[in-house]
This record gives sequence, C-alpha cells and structure tokens, in this order.
Amino acid sequence: MKKSGLRKASNPYNAALAPYSVWSFVFVVVPLLFIAYYAFTDNSFHFTTEHIVRFFTAKSNVIQDDGTTAEVRTYVLIFLRSVRLALISTAVCLVLGYPIAYIMSRAKERTQKTMVTLIMIPMWMNFLIRTYAWMTILQDTGILNTLLGKLGLGPVHIIGTETAVIIGMVYDYFPYMVLPIYSVLAKLDVKLLEAARDLGCNSFSVLRRVIFPLSMPGVVSGITMVLVPSISTFYISQKLGNGKFFLIGDAIEGQYVANNLHFAAAIAFILMVILLVCMAVVKNVTARYVYGGE
Amino acid sequence: MKLSSKIYSAIVFGILFAPILVLLVFSFNETKSLSVFSGFSTKWYAELASDSNTLEAVRNTLILAASATAISTVMGTAAAVGINKLRSKWYRAAMNVVTDIPMTNPDIITGISLMLMFVFVGRLFGATASLSFWTMLIAHVTFCTPYVILQVLPKLQQMDASQREAAMDLGCTPLRAFLKVEIPEILPGIITGAIMAFTLSLDDFVISYFTSGNGFETLPIRIYGMTKKTVNPKMYALATIIFFVTLTLLLISNFVDSSDKSKQEKID
Repeated sequence: MKKSGLRKASNPYNAALAPYSVWSFVFVVVPLLFIAYYAFTDNSFHFTTEHIVRFFTAKSNVIQDDGTTAEVRTYVLIFLRSVRLALISTAVCLVLGYPIAYIMSRAKERTQKTMVTLIMIPMWMNFLIRTYAWMTILQDTGILNTLLGKLGLGPVHIIGTETAVIIGMVYDYFPYMVLPIYSVLAKLDVKLLEAARDLGCNSFSVLRRVIFPLSMPGVVSGITMVLVPSISTFYISQKLGNGKFFLIGDAIEGQYVANNLHFAAAIAFILMVILLVCMAVVKNVTARYVYGGE
Repeated sequence: MKLSSKIYSAIVFGILFAPILVLLVFSFNETKSLSVFSGFSTKWYAELASDSNTLEAVRNTLILAASATAISTVMGTAAAVGINKLRSKWYRAAMNVVTDIPMTNPDIITGISLMLMFVFVGRLFGATASLSFWTMLIAHVTFCTPYVILQVLPKLQQMDASQREAAMDLGCTPLRAFLKVEIPEILPGIITGAIMAFTLSLDDFVISYFTSGNGFETLPIRIYGMTKKTVNPKMYALATIIFFVTLTLLLISNFVDSSDKSKQEKID
C-alpha cells in the first residue's frame, strides 16, 4: 500500500525525465558504442584489428624541407602533429588569455559585463567564416602584408605554415580559455589578497602563491575547452595550412568522404582514447597545484 | 585600470575584432579584392539576394534550428524538472554523465558516432541514403538539449518549494501548480536555454556535416562548400548578416537574463 503511494508521488517527475533518458541513451551512449563496433570490424562486420593496426603502421613517403624524401608512419605523424599544434595553441591561449581574464576580473562591474560580451561576440560568428577571414588577412597579398608594406616592412609569408594554423586555432578558441578563468577570478575573495599582502607578500608573490593556485579550476577547464576542439579540428588546417598539415580531424573527414567508415571509426576511437588519457593527465598534474582542493 | 592593462586589453580586443571588421568592410567593396578597398557598393548583397541556393540553405537552417529548438526546449525543461526531483543517486549520476558527454566530446566524435549509427540502422532497413533532414534534426536535438537542461536546472534549484505547496494547498492540482507557479518562475531559464539551443543549431557545422544528406543543405555546410573554391565576396555579405542576427539574439538573451536578475534583487 505504502509502496504504491510513494510511486504515485514520484511518478510525474520520472515521466517528465523519461523521454530524455531514453533519448540520451539511444542517441548519445549507443552511437559511441558504434564507434568501437565499426573500429573493430571489417566491411562485413566480422571482428578485426586491421584498422587499428593500419593506424599505427601505415607508411608513406614525404618530401622533407631539404628536398629528400623520407618514409614516415603516416597516421602516427599526423597524430603527433595534431597533439603538438593543439598543445602550442593551448599554451598560447593560456599565456595571452590569463592576463586578460585577470584584468577583466579586477575591472568595475559595468566594465566587466561589457568585456565579457565583447569576448563572446566573436564566438557567435561561425568558425568557418572566422577562419576564412584569417585566410584573407594572412595571404601573401592580403591585408596584413599590404599594411606592413605601407609601413615599409617586408612582406611576411605566413599562410601555409604551421604558424598560420596556430594563429587560427588560438583565435577560434581564445574565448573558451578566457571565460572559465575569468569566472573563477571574479569570485575570488579580495580579503585573501589583502591578507597575503599584510603578511608580507609583494604583488608578484600574491599572484604566484594566492591568485594563481586559487584560479586553477578555471585554468583546468580553460585548457580542456581549448585542447579538445583544437586537437580534433578539421577545417583550420585545410584553409590556413594550405592542406599541407593534415591533422587527425582531417584524417577522419578524409576517410568519411572516401566512405571508409570503419577506418574513420578506428581513428575516431583512438582519438577518444587519447583524449581521455590527456584529460586524466591534465587533472592529475593540476590537482597537485590546488591546495586543499574544493 | 592601470595603463598597461588598458593597452593590453585594447590590443587583445583589437585582434579579436579585426577579422570581423575586415569581413564587414570588404562586404561593401566594389571589387573582388580582399586587400584594397576601392569604393562602396552593395552589389554583393544584391547578388546574395538572388542566389537561390543560398536562400534555400538559409530557409533549411531556420527550419532545422526552429524544430531542434522546440523539441530540445520541451524535452530539456521536462528533463530538468525530473532531474531536480530525482531521489536515486545512481540515476542522477547517470543523467549527469549523459548530459555532459555531448558538451565535452569533440564535435567530430559526436558527428561520426551518430553518422555510423544512422548508416548502420539505414542498412538494416535496406535504405540506400540513410542521412536526411531527420538525422540532422536528431543530431541537433541531441547536442542542444544539455544546454537547455543546464539553464533550467539552476532556476529550479533556486526556487522556493513552499510556493508550489501553497498553490496545492489552495486547491491546485499538481499539474496546474506546475503550470501556474513553477513555469513562470523558471521561464527566464527556459528562454535563455531556447536561445542558446537556437544559436548553437544555427552555428553548427561539424556535426551537421557528418549527419546531413539527401540534398538537405544548411548554411554552414553551404559556406563550407563555397570556401573550398575561391570565394565570392557575397559570402562576406552573408557573414555580415549572420553576424548581426546572432549578435541581436545574444543581446536579447543578455537582456532577459539581466532583467531577471534585477527582478530577483528587488525581491531579495
């Protein structure tokens, strides 16, 4: 008797949640299982590890800078390049973004609001268009070189280099670094900073010993939010790197376009595994800097 | 603010807005040049207005975004109400995880995973082209709903439970109490969530790219196609228009949010 009464009381809420529970199981959890399923099967859906093996062993010849050709492991190389460019972009975002987040958090309330809106506005322009705009700016005959020419400075060749790809990534994902750090810094208790000063800290040691450690949760989520999309992007490198710097996202897209769904799934599977490892490492490393935790 | 801070902020914001400014200015350029502004003209806008493929893509994007927003707002709000009252710790943890996945997974993984499932299921039913408007709609609802939940849930948690109880003491049925008391209270969250869902759906390229098919093309997919070749400046005109539309939506959602906050402050 009592049981049925309880049921009645909780029923409408469970009923409200039911469509979403079913939806997220069918369209979030099951599709992820499909990546693993496709990654480990061949075209007739028999178990195989050939796609995973191919990722690690496939070789191709590349022409090096000095003109000689060398044999490299195609996908391993692409993969290492993705990780390297993503790590550089994330580091640049952090170094450039932390000061701006700090400046924002110390500004007057009205100024803070305006600055947050200003940071967010570029996010609402499609990333294809943002990236394309950079392509036109950085071109050899583009706006940057026209401006430099007027100042009497020599033309710089950026488009088609790794620098251009990094510029694109930093620009596209910069707000994702600034906003989480800002939101932590804005909530920081000013009394703690005053206390540190009273106890003899100079401005730099307040920053190093108090502000930075306390802002770690924001830094971690900023790093995550920049690293994840920049490691998996597939448009920026095609446009700004002139297709010379294939990244892991480009590899997945290429296999999808070529209708090699099983190999595309294998690459995606490896990407997922690596990302999980990366996130665990980021959490572990940063946890050491957070005193006391939450 | 210190002078050095001012200078640094000016540089950062200058760089953030430079590409947008470039697009805006050159969308009014007379010639196709992207480095020299030779004269004011609106001809790229006129050309855009007569490009039937792009207009079709705009229409498709709006239909898709509106449908995805409607479904994800209703489902997300209902889910938030349910999650808020969940007693089972295990169920709650599971819901947190599945809500987190579409937000933290790279878009390319979400896109590929849904595509693989659609293709597999399509093959089971013997369909040759399994990707269509419907698969895109499912994909968009999947990545929009978590954002709605994230906006509505905090509003429910802030709510005073006694209000609802009072309504029921005064003779409301639970459903009526929900519609008359809870809905108005969480409405700002629902609106912000819906606007977020709408703009995310408008803006999405990667997931759409993998789940679209059968000739159904949205604007970002069309832009992708256009930027593969040398680009016609009418794309700049298009980018400028999209920019102002999303900017307007952003300002509206900010306004909804801040008017809600000032209301809260008055009550407090």
